[in-house]
Amino acid sequence: MENLFHLWVYLETTPLLGLAATLVVWRLATLVAARMPGMALANPMLISVVILVALLLATGTPYSAYFQGAQYVHFLLGPATVALAIPMYANLRRIRRSARAILPALIAGSVVAAGSAMLIARLLGAPRVVILSLAPKSVTTPIAMGIAEQIGGQPSLAAVFVLLTGLCAIVLINPAMRLIRATDMRAQGLAAGMAGHGLATARMLLISETAGAFGGLAIGLNGITTAIVVPLLATFLVR
Amino acid sequence: MLNALTLLILCQFVGEVIARATSLPLPGPVIGLVLLLTMLALRNRAPDPDLTTTSNWLLRHFGLLFVPAGVGVITQLDVLGDNAVALLVAIPVSTLLGLLVTGWVMQRLSRDEDS
Repeated sequence: MENLFHLWVYLETTPLLGLAATLVVWRLATLVAARMPGMALANPMLISVVILVALLLATGTPYSAYFQGAQYVHFLLGPATVALAIPMYANLRRIRRSARAILPALIAGSVVAAGSAMLIARLLGAPRVVILSLAPKSVTTPIAMGIAEQIGGQPSLAAVFVLLTGLCAIVLINPAMRLIRATDMRAQGLAAGMAGHGLATARMLLISETAGAFGGLAIGLNGITTAIVVPLLATFLVR
Repeated sequence: MLNALTLLILCQFVGEVIARATSLPLPGPVIGLVLLLTMLALRNRAPDPDLTTTSNWLLRHFGLLFVPAGVGVITQLDVLGDNAVALLVAIPVSTLLGLLVTGWVMQRLSRDEDS
């Protein structure tokens, strides 16, 4: 018993435990998600977060101790964001061809999604930090966290909002597209990527390759658009 | 793989330096993305296979990279609880509006372009 306690004390102070736990739980979560195809909530990221939060609460481990190890995974978000340039370059010709449609659609959607979220939260009495963390919620997580930090929000709150937004977009995309009679797969894909980043895009990819390509495009472009638009919106909507 | 990772980290590094030096309202990795895209467009030939493989590997495991930040929700449980109503309205409604606006504009302008 004494030895076990010493072992635990040792493991708690090394980054090894947090890192190993993240990787093992992720592996488990992908296996679980693969057995439930077509279920929006069976998302490996969501499953991993739920399991790890439960583990931390059950063992009384502080987040800072966990993050000591998990930061090595977290760090790769930066290079992965830069890597989005590769699929964007592959689609560059298509982007140029429909640029006149894509840019207005993305800018309008970006302003409406971020602006309405901030406005609604403000009207319902949410504090400043929550409103600012909501602003980049439609953007892919690494960019959203960067934007949140930049404008005075809370990056980990922003990460949670991004995840919830992606799940909402998966549930809402089909009724929304029927409502506006958007039958064009380019429009459906762009809307999915703009409003629901990678989570909704991965979903659209199951239905149509074109929708998937335009979703991927929207993720990258919306990251840039929102990074420019949101700080401006923040100065108008948040005091 | 090492060369590609070095290039990606270098782009992020330069992006971070530009972001701090110019106080542009863009995160460093986004500037890095634009830098890499510009470099690829200027060279105007297929990216190095090593760069493509490494990038695809990183992007395929994008979800894993979000997990440590997502677990950070544990430090924000009280904030989420205090603002549950605002969040439960703001997130679905703004997501629906974003879908409708983007889909509608794109559908309309794409049709005009084709005809």
